[in-house]
Amino acid sequence: MSTATVEKPEAAADNGASHKITVTFRIRRFNPEVSAEASWQDFVIDIDPKERVLDALHQIKWEEDGTLTFRRSCAHGICGSDAMRINGRNRLACKTLIKDLNPAKPISIEAIKGLTVLKDLIVDMEPFFQAYRDVMPFLVTSGNEPTRERRQSAADRERFDDTTKCILCAACTSSCPVFWNDGQYFGPAAIVNAHRFIFDSRDEAGEQRLEILNDKDGVWRCRTTFNCTDACPRGIEVTKAIAEVKQALITRRF
Amino acid sequence: MQIHKYDTVIVGAGGAGMRAAIEATKRSRTAVLTKLYPTRSHTGAAQGGMAAALANVEEDNWEWHTFDTVKGGDFLVDQDAAEILAKEAIDSVLDLEKMGLPFNRTPDGTIDQRRFGGHTRNHGEAPVRRSCYAADRTGHMILQTLYQACVKEGVEFYNEFYVLDVLLNEVDGVRKASGVVALELATGELHVFQAKAIVFASGGNGKFYKVSSNAHTLTGDGQAAAFRRGIPLEDMEFFQFHPTGIWKMGILLTEGARGEGGILRNKDGERFMERYAPTIKDLAPRDMVSRSIYTEIREGRGCGPDADHVYLDLTHLPPEQLDAKLPDITEFARTYLGIEPYTDPIPIQPTAHYAMGGMPTNVRGEVLANNTDVIPGLYAAGEVACVSVHGANRLGTNSLLDINVFGRRAGIAAAEYASTADFVELPENPEEFVAGQVEMLRDATGTERVSDIRRELQETMDKNAMVFRTSETLTEARDEIAALRERYKGISVQDKGRRFNTDLLEAIELGNLLDLAEVLVVSALARKESRGGHYREDYPDRDDVNFMRHTMAYREVDADGNDSIRLDYKPVVQTRYQPMERKY
Ligand SMILES: Cc1cc2nc3c(=O)[nH]c(=O)nc-3n(C[C@H](O)[C@H](O)[C@H](O)COP(=O)(O)OP(=O)(O)OC[C@H]3O[C@@H](n4cnc5c(N)ncnc54)[C@H](O)[C@@H]3O)c2cc1C
Ligand code: FES
Repeated sequence: MSTATVEKPEAAADNGASHKITVTFRIRRFNPEVSAEASWQDFVIDIDPKERVLDALHQIKWEEDGTLTFRRSCAHGICGSDAMRINGRNRLACKTLIKDLNPAKPISIEAIKGLTVLKDLIVDMEPFFQAYRDVMPFLVTSGNEPTRERRQSAADRERFDDTTKCILCAACTSSCPVFWNDGQYFGPAAIVNAHRFIFDSRDEAGEQRLEILNDKDGVWRCRTTFNCTDACPRGIEVTKAIAEVKQALITRRF
Repeated sequence: MQIHKYDTVIVGAGGAGMRAAIEATKRSRTAVLTKLYPTRSHTGAAQGGMAAALANVEEDNWEWHTFDTVKGGDFLVDQDAAEILAKEAIDSVLDLEKMGLPFNRTPDGTIDQRRFGGHTRNHGEAPVRRSCYAADRTGHMILQTLYQACVKEGVEFYNEFYVLDVLLNEVDGVRKASGVVALELATGELHVFQAKAIVFASGGNGKFYKVSSNAHTLTGDGQAAAFRRGIPLEDMEFFQFHPTGIWKMGILLTEGARGEGGILRNKDGERFMERYAPTIKDLAPRDMVSRSIYTEIREGRGCGPDADHVYLDLTHLPPEQLDAKLPDITEFARTYLGIEPYTDPIPIQPTAHYAMGGMPTNVRGEVLANNTDVIPGLYAAGEVACVSVHGANRLGTNSLLDINVFGRRAGIAAAEYASTADFVELPENPEEFVAGQVEMLRDATGTERVSDIRRELQETMDKNAMVFRTSETLTEARDEIAALRERYKGISVQDKGRRFNTDLLEAIELGNLLDLAEVLVVSALARKESRGGHYREDYPDRDDVNFMRHTMAYREVDADGNDSIRLDYKPVVQTRYQPMERKY
């Protein structure tokens, strides 16, 4: 029987004991059924700072104001439903712990920018998904299909690994000043998803996608402000991916 | 109210729904209705992999896979279905690769494979590498790839449309599918979709437990709607508890972590699984590992001040391996627990994970009205369905497989049926039931809060209907659920608006969870044996004489409108394998 000593387990788990503190959440409310104007509303609740911002939103919705409206599903940063502006920065509410936000001060929460707000924290995602669909986000191949899998070396697979992580939450696109000013711009998320296929050794439509992104609303609009990279909850190096697409447009090598 | 007409309507855009949609769209005019944007579906949360005996890294074949599935399911699996699952696994993985799925690769560029619980070489000799994977985001890659294929195929989606009812109508004495009723989230408007064929692919119902790996949106809407319309639910007492959820939160840490060499340890640092499953140890099937963990905890060998969890130890694995193979789950530990898995073990506890039961179907995905007859035009696939390939306990990596194999089959069968069948007339006032439900909730002025009832439901389910069950605990759960269902009649919702009324939807979802929890508990009470995920301390042995059969639960309504649950049983399909003791 093998035995190993597990060192300092309790320090690691921080005991898991719950200590509530009082936190103010300042939330941007908007409901056109009630008023044409958006406004800020404060909610003061007692909550353990180790909880997620999403837990706080739930606590408010479930115990104080059932009309507070937001999207969410997985609650652990994998479905991309709950990107929002938290203290002025785009994040996923379910991946942001209250303690990491300086809860001594009011925590502000509002919808992501650049997409039409429909109610409270819910925005119209259609233009975002349209830009995604416009870059041909699917594998294109020609010739006969192999009977078994296409082979791909581990190195070729690694080439586009980073951009396969995208969960289409729009945190990047809606943090981009170019996108705020001009909704026609494809935005970082669409370019990330184009990158995922352009650099996939199995794909044959790289040229077509590059042409799409060569458009006036394409990749050249990017001003390299790095907001997108900072915003990405999946840690994708978005700006680097965009730079690689620009480079591929110049050299036509990918 | 708007009325739409399609040949085929698919409810749900997770793995099963989109796999069905790709096939159905090629063959018939198809619409997909989904309460979430497709890429938000919980298939995206799956981590570890998808089983297929590709034999890319070591000897393997579909017969071994079939055997493992049947044994893993504690002989409640329908063996004809398990054989289809294992045989078609190979093409279903290759199909995904051709659609572009970026699987991890072996040094010669083929799809790489790793170990997973209960998957063995030659009928249990040793673990086998059968799980095809993309780091620890296999489900994410499947969901993205299927969505990409849907975009390519031009699949028509109705996003954020909540299906709340399934319409059946009698034609010449046979009940047939005629449509569904959906609520458009953005406007609050009701839509009726008339269809020749309907595929339910609306996912699981794990949100009636508190510690759960399931998304907030997994509330069994499909199962509950079908049940209300008199369609039976099969084997609902079999619910899987995954051994390694993050302590208290339930967020899943994939079994792939143990496949990569991770070890479970108790407070003494002992690798306790050696005592319970000497051959495959930490890679025993989930029901056994979850019971072992709770046995350790009950016998005082749990960790922490309350001795209420154990550890998943990855510290002996090289950091490069963790980064390459398990990047997401190590990040979960850092984000949610502030723990560095390179150096510290991760506190875990079993988490409610997967519904083995659901709408009964045959291998074409057709939904059964009873033990023998199908409901023409009605199909189901994925976690909402019970084929039954998982029996009493699902093996890891067999669900991503299930959604692909049976999603595809249901999509083809539905579209083929639609190409020859006629539309069945809609019932009179098709939206009546849903409209009444919505109005009732919007106007309700009761004092009960949805969140209170849901919390109490989750508490009683965690306490009484989890890994260990007895007649007493299940009776307590049954009575508490009955009381909660009564209180549910006195709820009110605060949001009276129409636009994105998620307050109202949570109330409807709670109603579904209450109905399904009751089915689970009543089915579990009647099953006086222990098998797979259903463990009765008062009946600790498997009883093949009386219980090697599927539970079929029906909703009955008496003349006064009171409902109750009637249980019936359906034989297990046995082909190659005789039941044997389940040892690992
Ligand atoms: C954390 C986690 C990890 C897992 N890891 C693995 C793994 O490694 N390997 C494996 O084989 N299995 C794994 N599983 C299990 C597997 O992922 C799921 O069983 C499977 O993905 C379910 O797919 P589905 O298509 O049936 O449902 P889902 O993906 O849940 O999709 C359900 C769909 O139905 C829609 N829907 C629901 N209700 C309604 C309604 N009322 N109206 C309209 N639409 C509706 C939703 O919008 C959604 O699109 C895991 C599960 C979890 C929770
Ligand atoms: S709820 Fe899924 S990403 Fe936050």
